[in-house]
Amino acid sequence: MKNQTTTTRWKTDFQQQLYSSKLLQAISHVRRNPSPNARTVRQVADRALAVAAKGRTRWSQAILKNKLKLNFKKRKNKPRLVAMHNKKKHGLNLLPKKKIPALQQRVNVLGKLVPGCRKESFPVILEEATDYIAALEMQIRAMTALANLLSSTPVDMVPVGGMVQFGASQPADSGPVL
Amino acid sequence: MSSRRSRSRQSAGSSRISDDQINDLVSKLQQLLPELRNRSSDKVSSARVLQETCNYIRNLHREVDDLSERLSVLLETTETSSAQAAIIRSLLM
Repeated sequence: MKNQTTTTRWKTDFQQQLYSSKLLQAISHVRRNPSPNARTVRQVADRALAVAAKGRTRWSQAILKNKLKLNFKKRKNKPRLVAMHNKKKHGLNLLPKKKIPALQQRVNVLGKLVPGCRKESFPVILEEATDYIAALEMQIRAMTALANLLSSTPVDMVPVGGMVQFGASQPADSGPVL
Repeated sequence: MSSRRSRSRQSAGSSRISDDQINDLVSKLQQLLPELRNRSSDKVSSARVLQETCNYIRNLHREVDDLSERLSVLLETTETSSAQAAIIRSLLM
């Protein structure tokens, strides 16, 4: 089912631009007061990313289920059965006993970093992590481009509601603007 | 990278996961990591790949947080509609 092209879909310009415009759209729906704070932006960005994944991955499904929670480490308290036919204990059943414990430990940590993968098996975690990393990289490219774009919005744009844009005077740098 | 690929990992009916499968997944992961992708997979242990993966994901999360911070500030001084117009213009160029 999943082959290598699954992760390359995150690398196309089209995907990135689509994500950028969806992100902006989502942000405009969110804000009621002047502007969303960083946490809201992060949540919106992650949700939009999960939507872009088209529901094929656990990490994206987990994000969409945790809609308003920023902390992806929150558990859903449901022992979910996965498609694999492994007999799963309630806890982690990652590797046969002969595997080195150190490896298992590292996979556990990885499972906590990828949304929705805390209790998944070794191969599932690795596969999810692969897609998740590609998606995150796209998210970063898109948000960076968006930030650069907003930093250099020309002043002579048509002001909306009488507001003048101050964007042109801000230098486009990669560090956080405080 | 191994030329043998499992067609569908999710339908592995046995309760054992093969070494080949693991190695395949780990080497695929290794290719994504900027630190390790140029090294041959013989020289990098799976444990190292997993550790670097965790570090990398943490770094990516941090970058997204920083960008969220930056965007939230930028959006204070920009109307969304003109931001959308800027995006559309950049797509057309």
